[in-house]
Amino acid sequence: MTDIQININSKTYPAIEQAGHHIAIADLKLSLKSGEFICLVGPSGCGKTTLLNIIAGLDDDYEGEILVGLQQSHPKIGYIFQNPRLLPWRTVRENIELVLDSRQSEAIIDPLLEVMQLTRSQNVYPERLSLGMSRRVSIIRAFAVDPEVLLMDEPFVSLDAPTARQVRELLLKLWQERPHTVLFVTHDLREAIALADRLIFLSAAPMTVVSEIIVPIPRAERQNENAIEVFRQQLINDYPEIKRLL
Amino acid sequence: MPSLSLLAFLAVWQGLAVYLDNNTLPTPETVAKVFWQGCVSGQLPYHLGVTLLRLVVSFAIAMLLGCAIGIVLGRNKKLDAFFDNWLVIFLNIPALVTIILCYVWFGLIESAAILAVVINKLPNVIVTIREGTRTLDQDLLDMARCFHFSKRKTLVHVIWPQLHPFVMGATRSGLALIWKIILVVELLGRSNGMGYQLHLFFQLFDVASILAYTIAFVTVIQLIELIILKPLDKKSQRWRR
Repeated sequence: MTDIQININSKTYPAIEQAGHHIAIADLKLSLKSGEFICLVGPSGCGKTTLLNIIAGLDDDYEGEILVGLQQSHPKIGYIFQNPRLLPWRTVRENIELVLDSRQSEAIIDPLLEVMQLTRSQNVYPERLSLGMSRRVSIIRAFAVDPEVLLMDEPFVSLDAPTARQVRELLLKLWQERPHTVLFVTHDLREAIALADRLIFLSAAPMTVVSEIIVPIPRAERQNENAIEVFRQQLINDYPEIKRLL
Repeated sequence: MPSLSLLAFLAVWQGLAVYLDNNTLPTPETVAKVFWQGCVSGQLPYHLGVTLLRLVVSFAIAMLLGCAIGIVLGRNKKLDAFFDNWLVIFLNIPALVTIILCYVWFGLIESAAILAVVINKLPNVIVTIREGTRTLDQDLLDMARCFHFSKRKTLVHVIWPQLHPFVMGATRSGLALIWKIILVVELLGRSNGMGYQLHLFFQLFDVASILAYTIAFVTVIQLIELIILKPLDKKSQRWRR
């Protein structure tokens, strides 16, 4: 796997009627080390989804460049959207098969279903799934393509706390089994601390990097809510600019 | 319940026919007899078959072309703006005008008849499918894009299932519209088919035969709905709760 460098000089939305043009991103530089789990933390509406869409190649209208290794190109993406975006007219299994070439699909899908505890639901249509299960399917789908970057756009939002925790633990388990570079967007600092190797704090629009902080808590101790809370308090006390964002 | 309403209809018809006692409204029994004679002589199945064949051919052409053009116009704003007025114009040209013009320009031939029917139906399909294409879920299209779905995969698995209700709508309204137009086409310029026969019966004032043919055709359309369209609906909607 290769490191990825993201340099976005500016991203502007054109003016619509009375509202003037909107500068969403200004001078944003991120470097992603291979296999690193990065959480992007910022206030809602600051342009995090815009950033993910640019990286995913869904939005070409920006100034800047994305480097995979030394080449300018779009990295291979696994995208876990805020809404699962499953095709409702295809079963769980078909939804995953569709992102793969048909030949190799079984060997890839079966173990993933196993880890995410969905083997028994694989032939069900998405409308019969709970939101937590749909989210797990969309996680499988993103891992299945073996991406260079996994983009996650607040994938646990609007889940109740126990379900969110369960899905988060399954995600971590999967990620530790198969390390991938992850860009995880959230506005929940506790969640970010529980997941990330590195936290990147982003400002409100025009979005730019405010600070980057390595999470020193060993992975084994992340289950401990106290440890996370202590670190959170420490962050807020030590960095007034972060406190302002939350 | 449906059979009850059918029985009630037959009873009213019978009562009215007996009360009027007139050639212009024969009893159900007379119509049934004429129907049976038509079947035995082979006349009715032949003309019905000819009309059905025209229906199938013109329907298939109109649906295929209409879906393709409708999807393109729904996805491409510039092309849509270019063709929008023409679509409205073609939607509003009376069927009779296109039929007459086709016969005048291309002669009283089979392909002219089919062309006239297709021209009448095509704008309807295009407009319906175009509206359907405009309502496509952008989120799902984005998903397909960032997971690198091929064009074919996107069409079959993402776009087509969303268009399905619109296609079924166009199919149902299309069958109803097309068979009415076909009768006019046959009446004006063909020497076989239901339309031609009805014209003949009109000149003979043979109401019983007109009713017998009508019933035969309505039955066929009902069978199409029951045997083909309903199961198709059911299969494609199986994912819904």
